[in-house]
Amino acid sequence: MSVSRPRVLPLLSAWLLATLLASPALAAESRSRILATSAATTLEGSAGGGIVPMAVLPGYGAREEQGGSAFVSYVHLPDYDLAVAGVNWSWRNRVAISLAEQRLSHQPLSERLDVEPTSIRQTVAEAKVRLAGDLIYTDWPQVSVGVQYKKNHDFFVPQAAGAQDDSGYDLYLSATRLILAGLFERNLLLNANIRYTKANQVGLVGFGGDLNDSHEWVGELSAGLFLNQHWLIGAEYRQKPDNLSFIPESDWYTAFVAWFPSKRWSLVGAYVDLGEVATFDNQRGAYVSLQGSF
Amino acid sequence: MKRLTQGVVAVLALGLVACTSLPGGEDSLYQRLGGEAGIEGIVYELLVEIANDERIVERFRELNIARFQQGLETYLCSVTGGPCQYTGDSMRIVHSGHNFTDSEFNALVENLITAMNRRDVDTGTQNRLLAILARDYKDVVYL
Ligand code: HEM
Repeated sequence: MSVSRPRVLPLLSAWLLATLLASPALAAESRSRILATSAATTLEGSAGGGIVPMAVLPGYGAREEQGGSAFVSYVHLPDYDLAVAGVNWSWRNRVAISLAEQRLSHQPLSERLDVEPTSIRQTVAEAKVRLAGDLIYTDWPQVSVGVQYKKNHDFFVPQAAGAQDDSGYDLYLSATRLILAGLFERNLLLNANIRYTKANQVGLVGFGGDLNDSHEWVGELSAGLFLNQHWLIGAEYRQKPDNLSFIPESDWYTAFVAWFPSKRWSLVGAYVDLGEVATFDNQRGAYVSLQGSF
Repeated sequence: MKRLTQGVVAVLALGLVACTSLPGGEDSLYQRLGGEAGIEGIVYELLVEIANDERIVERFRELNIARFQQGLETYLCSVTGGPCQYTGDSMRIVHSGHNFTDSEFNALVENLITAMNRRDVDTGTQNRLLAILARDYKDVVYL
């Protein structure tokens, strides 16, 4: 049995969020990018929606500033639960780094397979660079490239399912545009990514498999409409590889509502449809994410 | 893959709708901002915001505020289809030599939004004005 390590990242994230709650001064209000352009934080720690990253960088720092955020997220599904915590930071709206720690609880799967471990932990580290454009102020979209390194810490079950590696990397190119007064006089957010990956269930079930053990290109889309400065509704789609014959993998969908009461806080709630996840079909459930920016 | 295609089509369709509904009919935007009095009110609130914003207030320290106020009111009136003709220098000429930054531009936009909120300008009207002014970004920053 693996000895559980101290949970550094969740603790750091919780400490930062508590600091934000307590501190009147140190916060995002003095940063210059306008409200909600920080975006939320994905399950992999990247600035974006819930499951699909965007070309925006985390926090509210404009091109002479820095900024970042801490977040905690939770996904509840019929047969799985996923808890995530992490931090990210951006510099001069040019480069960003992020770290996220995920913990998937899979008790029903353990019973079905008659194995002892009931959870899988994974760490995701990301670097993102804005290549060109501005989300709002240029005629072309903001375009960024991101690279994610993922390390699965509990490879026993993924390996039994046929995964080849316990670590891997994703590369993605993202284009995002906020069209002011784009639809019904509301600001319209459009985003499209291509990702080069061989991760199974974003890496929680390892990397590569018996059907396919090489990277492939997949597509991701998200769109949202700002009802006003504080409320955004939208949806996401994430295409997934299908590397394991034992457990077919579905594409992911979400429909979300995001609330940005201030530059310091944001809260996202979503309905998620993850399809079939490791022999359990119809994994539809709820997602919630709290983000604090500094 | 089929669902991805559907998704791409949906996003492209949204984009098309978006383009066709970009600020046309800018004549009525002036009215929706409350005409001359409305614009004067917004500019006044904007000046108050700037005066209290340490990120950018230094940039306006040496300025003839009355002239700036007048110029900005006329500019807003003219770009929203009001009965004014802005005869000052172009945005690029007015702002070049100052090396205004991306951060300062964002700060000013934020102040403008606050000013419009103070004057109870509705979301749609705010968005349409911001859409027009956002086009000036390239004629304001890093010049
Ligand atoms: C879309 C954004 C902007 C618009 C529409 C705008 C509009 C204007 C207009 C119409 C004038 C001329 C006023 C006159 O007739 O005298 C002006 C001048 C000026 N603007 Fe802007 N401006 C923008 C952004 C900025 C920013 C970001 C800053 C700096 C924080 C700034 C600082 C100034 C200053 C200092 C002047 C006076 C320049 C001089 O007289 O030498 N502006 N602006």
